This record gives sequence, C-alpha cells and structure tokens, in this order.
Amino acid sequence: MNRSISLGRVLANTVVWGYALVILGPTLWVLSNAFKFKIDIITGATLSPLTWINFRELLFSRQSDFLANLFNSAVIGVASTAIVIIVATMAAFTIVYLEVKPWVRWAILGWALLFHMLPTLTFVGSWYLMYSAAGLHGTYFAVIMTHAVHNLPMALFLMVSFVGALPRELVQAARMDGCTYAQVFWRIVFPLVRGGMIAATALTFIFSWSDFAISLTLTSRDTMTVPVAIATFAQEYDIRYGEMAAGTLLSIMPALVLILVGQNFIVRGLLAGAVK
Amino acid sequence: MDLRRPYEKARRNRLWIVSSLLPVAAFFILLTAFPVLNLLGLSFFHVEWREGAASFDFVGTENFRRLFVQENVFWAGVRNNVVFAVVAVTCQMVLGFSMALAVKTAGSYGRALLTGIFLLPIVVPPIVIGTMWRLIMGREFGLANTLLGFVGLGPVDWLGNPDIALASVIFVDVWHWTPFVFLLMLAGLESLDGEVLEAARIDTVSRWQQIRHVIVPMMMPTIVITLLFRVILSFKVFDEIYLLTSGGPGTATEVVNFSIYRTFFRQDQVGYGAAMSVVTLFSISLVIILAREFMQRRASRRDGAA
Repeated sequence: MNRSISLGRVLANTVVWGYALVILGPTLWVLSNAFKFKIDIITGATLSPLTWINFRELLFSRQSDFLANLFNSAVIGVASTAIVIIVATMAAFTIVYLEVKPWVRWAILGWALLFHMLPTLTFVGSWYLMYSAAGLHGTYFAVIMTHAVHNLPMALFLMVSFVGALPRELVQAARMDGCTYAQVFWRIVFPLVRGGMIAATALTFIFSWSDFAISLTLTSRDTMTVPVAIATFAQEYDIRYGEMAAGTLLSIMPALVLILVGQNFIVRGLLAGAVK
Repeated sequence: MDLRRPYEKARRNRLWIVSSLLPVAAFFILLTAFPVLNLLGLSFFHVEWREGAASFDFVGTENFRRLFVQENVFWAGVRNNVVFAVVAVTCQMVLGFSMALAVKTAGSYGRALLTGIFLLPIVVPPIVIGTMWRLIMGREFGLANTLLGFVGLGPVDWLGNPDIALASVIFVDVWHWTPFVFLLMLAGLESLDGEVLEAARIDTVSRWQQIRHVIVPMMMPTIVITLLFRVILSFKVFDEIYLLTSGGPGTATEVVNFSIYRTFFRQDQVGYGAAMSVVTLFSISLVIILAREFMQRRASRRDGAA
C-alpha cells in the first residue's frame, strides 16, 4: 500500500516536472537565439559563439526605434494602469458599500462582464474611425484611453472582490461616526485594500504591456509599442530572427520581474479575477 | 471631522457617488457603447476612400446580404474558430486537471517554483508567444524539425502545410493556456472538503472511482467557470494567429478576428467589416446571455430540489 502510493508520487512528480520542462525548454531555446549570430540561428548551429550584436542592433542601430518603443510601452502601460486602478477602486467601493440604485450597479457590472468577453477586434475598427475623425489617431491619448477601457472590466471585478472582502462593520462604523463617503474611502478602505490594488495593478500593467490588437491599429510610428515592433521584425522576406529574440527577451523582462516579486499577488489576482 | 450642517454632508456624499461612478460610465459609454452604435450604423453603408476622404453610400442591408450569401472566408474562419475552441479547450481542460491532480498527489514539493514556471506562458505577451513558436516551427531551421532530424524524420512544414497548420496553431494555444487551467484547478482542489475526500478513501473505492465520483462532481463549479472562460477567450484569439500564419495557408487557420481585421484594415472595406463585427458581437453576446440564463435556471432548479 505504502509503496504503491510512493510510486504514484514519483510518477506524478515526473509528469509535472516534465511538463515544466516543456514550458521552459522552448522558451529558453528561443531566448538563446538573442545571443547568436544570424548565420548560426539560420543554420541551427548548436555550439556557436555568443554575441551581443542583436542587442546592439536593436537598441542603438539607426534603423531601430526599439528604445523609443520601450519608452512608449512604459508610458502607455503606466498611464493607463494608473487611470484604471483609480477609477476601478473608487467605483468598486461605491458599488459594494453605498446605496446605489440596483439598476446602476447591474448595468455597470453587467456591461463590464459582457464587454470583457467580446472580441476586441470587433471594436477596434470603430475606435480607429472615431480617433481618426477626432484627429487623435496615433496619439498617446488615444492609445492610453483605449488600453484603459479595455482593462477596466477586469480591474473592476478584481477590485469589487477585494473591496467586498473587507469587514462590513468597519465601513459601517466609520459611517456612523459621521465620516463622509470620501473620508471612509480614503481613511478606511484605501489603506486596507492596498494589497488587492497591487495585484490588480500588476495584472493591468501586464495586459497593457502585452496588448497587440489595439496597439497595432491605433499607434503610429511615433507611438508604436514593443509588441507591434516585434511583429514588424517578421517581414515577408527578411525575418530578423536575432533581433526578434532579443526584443522578445527584453519585452518579457517586466513580466519576469513581476512574477518574481509578486507571484503571490498575481496568483491571488488571477484566481479572484477568474472566479468572479 | 465635524460637519455642522447635515445637508452639507449629504451633498458631499451625493457628489462622491456621482464622481466615483461617472468615470466608469463615461469610459463605457464613450468607448464601448458608442462604438457599437457607430458600427451598427456603418454596417448599412458602403464606405470608400477617395483622395483621403471617406465617402458614405447608404446600401441598406447589402453588406449583410453579401456576408450571408457570398462570403466564404469569414465562414471558414467561423468553422476553424469552432474547431479551434473545441479541440484546444478540451486538451487544456484534461491536461490542466490531470496536472493539478498530480501536483496535489505529489505534495507541496517545489510548488512555488512550479507555479512560477507555469505562470510564465500566461504573463508573456501573446505576440511574443507567436514569435517564439514561429521560430520553433520554422520549416528549415526550427527546433521542432532539428529534433525530428535527430531521430531521422523528415522536416515537417508545421505552419505552411494546410493539413497541419490548424493543428500547429492549436498546439501553441494549448501550450499557452494549459497552465492557466492548471492554476484554477489546483486552487479548486485545494478548497475541497478534506473530510469528504478522506471518507471516500476509507471506503476503499479505487483511485479512479474517487476521481470520477467524488472529486469531479465536487469540482463542477470550478470546471464550468474555467471552461466558459477558455471557450470565450478562444474566440478572442488574434495575436498568435497574426504572427504564426496570418490565417493561411489559404484559409486553413483563418479565425473570425482575423477576417474582421483584414476586411477593416487591409482591404479598407469599412462598411463590410462593420457588418462582420456586428454579426460577431451579437452572436457572442447572445451566447453569453443564454449561457448565463441556462446556468442560473439550473442552479435555481437544483436549489429547489434540495
């Protein structure tokens, strides 16, 4: 009996770690291309001299705008995340604790859920036309606003679940003591829900950083983000494998840092976000 | 703070409610509700770009007639998308669930490291995942064919062969999203009632029977939600397809989103693209609403029976 259990354990462990290898293996192989000469990538040479040339080309060559792309992604990610978190947290508090007419609550959360599940591409054409008509196409403003509305539903659901988990008595007591709603929010809710806000911030930023469909259609040359730039390396005839790999490596840095620093927060956020 | 006049406080509170909900409402109305109406309107027009300016010709339901009568590529995309969703999500659910069971059986050994590794594909930008697999599945020098070469098998044109391309794309999606299912399933398993599991074990039913008759039924809520999530997300797929195959070869990996993108942005057929968007929007909304209705009815029937 005991032995069969331990055999099962060994088997289970093997399967799980084998799967981890299936995830890590291809990732590491592709990232290793970032340090190879193009000729070695193309001929699939296994033992090849390492080089920084791809990074140099990517970051400092005159044909490459990658530093500008990184800057654009950072600006758009930070700005849209800040907007989303502030807007979502305030709204979540009001929706959960204050006397709002049921249809208001229902309309906001219902529409958020529906919009979150609809394919982004169905909206993108309309956004493009709107911003073009307003003369805003290709501006930071247009991309930031669109990223914000795209990530707002997820952040809203996360914050509703985090704010809703606070002890109700605390909020009620503060209101009995004569605090205005704004004071309850700033003094009681905001400090307590900070952990949840970090989780929502990390996820929102990752989603903004990863977004391709919106950025592809709404950015111009000057506001192009990293994912769009990476896609342009795959030209029809000359695929710049080395720079693609180097760009890929640089582009997952924020996600890697966030995983290492905030693993617990992200897991908690993902779970809360998925179950709601 | 002492607010002497109660009506002053009431006024401030009203102000708070309005100002906390207004941004959300403004975002949703301006950037989602308005575009839907805009698309609806556009879908009845033929739009042409002449010398940099758009000209609108009202064509009634012509765009829809064309979509339902003449169109082929879009419906090939719908068919592929359904196949894609069914096959990919089934694989992800089975793999993710088994993996979660395995980790649960294997104990907490190395779990933090495992979670870190499994998070990787979820947080890496999808376009980067597309890039990665395009490099791996390259016909001549990709890792996949290099490995096949070692065991003496000929190179396979993973993304260029119409018979294989869809399977390749599905494989990448399974690789990408199984960890997500795994994490949710593991969380679900962790929250199961330990006493019931213990009782099942003492009743000496086989391991398989425990899974089939005890664990799976208890996990049903988690399973249903995860399934719903994955199915819906697989109709949002775009980034990977864009970089891996661009819908080709032919229409082998065409998906709904790619048809819309091409019609709108590459062929500049704005009215026609709007009609596609409208049809997609309404079909998916309908499915979501019906699914919710169905689940609520089932839940209430179950509560009524209990």
